[in-house]
Amino acid sequence: MTIGSTPPRYRISVDRDQCMLCERCITECPYGVFRRNGERIAVNSRQCTACHRCIAMCPRDAIDLEEQPVDYRSHPVWTRGTREAIYNQARTGRIILAGMGNAGDYPVIFDRLVLDACQVTNPSIDPLREPMELRTYLGKKPSRLEIRNIGGDDVELVTELTPNLQLETPMMIAHMSYGAISLNAQLSLARAAAAIGTFMGTGEGGLHQAIYPYQDRMIVQVASGRFGVDINYLERGAAIEIKIGQGAKPGLGGHLPGEKVCEDVSCTRMIPLGTDALSPSPHHDIYSIEDLKQLVRSLKEATEWKKPVFVKIAAVHNTAAIAAGIARSSADAVVVDGFRGGTGAAPRVFRDHVGIPIEAAIASADAKLRQQGIRNQVSLIASGGIRESADVAKAIALGADAVYIGTAALVAMGCRVCGTCYRGLCPWGIATQREDLTARLDPDVESEHVANLIHAWTLELSELMGAAGINSIESLRGNRDRLRGYLLDEGILKVLDVKPVGA
Amino acid sequence: MCGIIGVMDRGRKEMDGTQIRRALAQMNERGSGEGAGYAVYGCYPEYRDCYALHVFFDNIHENKQAVDDLLGQWGRIVHEGQIPTYDQPNLRKIHAPWRYFFKPEKSLMSWSPSPEDDIVTHVVMRINTDHRGALVISSGKNMGVFKASGWPEEVADFYRIQDYRGYLWLGHNRYPTNTPGWWGGAHPFNLLGWSVVHNGEITSYGTNQRYIQSYGYHCTMFTDTEVVAYLIDLLVRKHRLPEELAVRALAPPFWDEIDVMGERERKLNTALRLTYGPALMNGPFAIVVANPSMMMGFTDRIKLRPLVAGECGDRLYISSEEAAIRRMEPSVERIWMPRAGEPVIGRVNG
Repeated sequence: MTIGSTPPRYRISVDRDQCMLCERCITECPYGVFRRNGERIAVNSRQCTACHRCIAMCPRDAIDLEEQPVDYRSHPVWTRGTREAIYNQARTGRIILAGMGNAGDYPVIFDRLVLDACQVTNPSIDPLREPMELRTYLGKKPSRLEIRNIGGDDVELVTELTPNLQLETPMMIAHMSYGAISLNAQLSLARAAAAIGTFMGTGEGGLHQAIYPYQDRMIVQVASGRFGVDINYLERGAAIEIKIGQGAKPGLGGHLPGEKVCEDVSCTRMIPLGTDALSPSPHHDIYSIEDLKQLVRSLKEATEWKKPVFVKIAAVHNTAAIAAGIARSSADAVVVDGFRGGTGAAPRVFRDHVGIPIEAAIASADAKLRQQGIRNQVSLIASGGIRESADVAKAIALGADAVYIGTAALVAMGCRVCGTCYRGLCPWGIATQREDLTARLDPDVESEHVANLIHAWTLELSELMGAAGINSIESLRGNRDRLRGYLLDEGILKVLDVKPVGA
Repeated sequence: MCGIIGVMDRGRKEMDGTQIRRALAQMNERGSGEGAGYAVYGCYPEYRDCYALHVFFDNIHENKQAVDDLLGQWGRIVHEGQIPTYDQPNLRKIHAPWRYFFKPEKSLMSWSPSPEDDIVTHVVMRINTDHRGALVISSGKNMGVFKASGWPEEVADFYRIQDYRGYLWLGHNRYPTNTPGWWGGAHPFNLLGWSVVHNGEITSYGTNQRYIQSYGYHCTMFTDTEVVAYLIDLLVRKHRLPEELAVRALAPPFWDEIDVMGERERKLNTALRLTYGPALMNGPFAIVVANPSMMMGFTDRIKLRPLVAGECGDRLYISSEEAAIRRMEPSVERIWMPRAGEPVIGRVNG
């Protein structure tokens, strides 16, 4: 087959009346779509990824993009996607790689849940005039407090609390490694986390020296490849997260193409220059839940029991029981990553077909932990597919203590969700290590954009809570009564423990 | 809306129900004639060692045997009988109120540090979740709850509340939105020694109820108030928190206030909020809760419902309205409005 055998995905056209031949599109596009041809800009649409960089930068709005300009014969079963995957695999004989999160046509449960508001019988609370508390503590909580009377009415606390992370808003920035994203991108996220009073994950990429000033806001990850892990790394983080799996590719390890492993990345990850960083699917020291417990305790021992240890799993069928097992392992929080969680590179077949949605996973994990009387043993963090503040409110009402946002934070820095992260040519300077591209991302500007986003969501969350008559986030947590399901089936309503609208 | 009132005599001097009936009726503006109730402590001195179980039967012949059998399995019925009632023209008698004086058999729950209380709690939860035409509405010693659908005067006259004597009384005048006409939905709510009257709506109910259920309590009354009784039972009886701290767990100070406290206070309050976050009650409420040795009133953290307290000699009054207190005690010596979340606590002497 020749390359011409599949139609182009996008068609770029340049309006010659508008174009002033400034050639900015040529400079901006790293994929080679544009070139100068005499007195016009010539276009090779096949190279286009719909990253929108040219469109955003064109001073004359001269560029137009059309998706799927050439129709296949329509067919409900043999869709464009299935046919093109076959052409691709017939040609290469390989696994197809894809970026971002699940692109399958599954209904979004969040969009079938509606929130509550007060009318008459209880007053709504106005966050502009009354206090509204979003402060969240992540980590183990005692099941009860021991109090000692020390004469008169004076009491003293006997119970010792274990370390918790204190967040000023129940949103954290998800683990995206240096390597998968650029140092400038990571720096922007770290500054935003510090400004907002929340935390972010390092991903499986070590901790670059440039991030050290924000280390108190970093959750350092220990994944199956152990990239970048040493005692210095562990001690610098505010908390440690063991990554067992991720929602975009449950059951697999990480994939960082060698193209992205430049000198700095290789040093930070402690791997050779230019090698593919493929972390193994399982941790080679974890083959059962008791092995996980040993790793949790080893990491705590190494850091003198001063830091909370989180365990991240992909949302899979048995998530609730697995979360209950993790709660017994000395871990302080369980992160559940739903099947919409994004990634730089994942096999398409996993991204679109393995795992379950975060809404169901978090609700069932919360219910299971409560049934077993160990909900206080761990915090629950929902991750994967959180797109707006309403999703945050709904995730918390379904039982989460906090959420991680990944893709949304990248979008705040310019990401257009083109899904081409694995090629290492991100024109926005996010998912790339090419210096001319990373220089496009100014941490001073983008840290403010990310902080703005979280701040705006925090304001919206406050308003939603106030309208529901709630002035403290712990009263929203697990409060299914403040949710109703709209056109969800009985089975899923039971799993979510949510009533239908009108009930 | 609802009107609530509580009165206790610290010296255990008894009062009959005449005054509280009058005070509650003073707040008829706050009710709708669809529910009222009274709790009285000290009313069964002759059976002071027995748990007095007040039960609503849908009908005696069909529903009572199962309760008799269950009580027989867990202990001994020392005495029982119908709670005397007197027909009122506007009150439809939809339940047969019955009372048991019950002694649990300790050895059947010997592993528990408080076997008798735990047996009674278990029995109450069993009966109330079985939904077989029986509902236990109070289960404390030497106390009882009397409630029905109607105006406070009608309900009082239905039970002849003026014939009962006690040193601590709670009363509730209901404006229902959830379960109008259902006797079980009227207040006070009770478990063991704890009784609660409540004005408001608990918007954190979904969280509180799921929290308390993981400790083996079952919410069976389809209303948010019973959860308060269970939370207090858990915090005070099972976790042995002093009452002030239990209230502080339910209506805690704001973080802004905690952040500027001295170190010991800050640590204690932080620990309270971390540990008992799911017990925090949100939404507009004023609550009076009592047990045989104390009575306390408190509101939500921003006082979205009224609560006023008064004192006269040994008597402490807590109510939605000052008028109701003055109706009971025209010569009340001190009247004050507690701040949001700040409990008013009175204890029986000795």
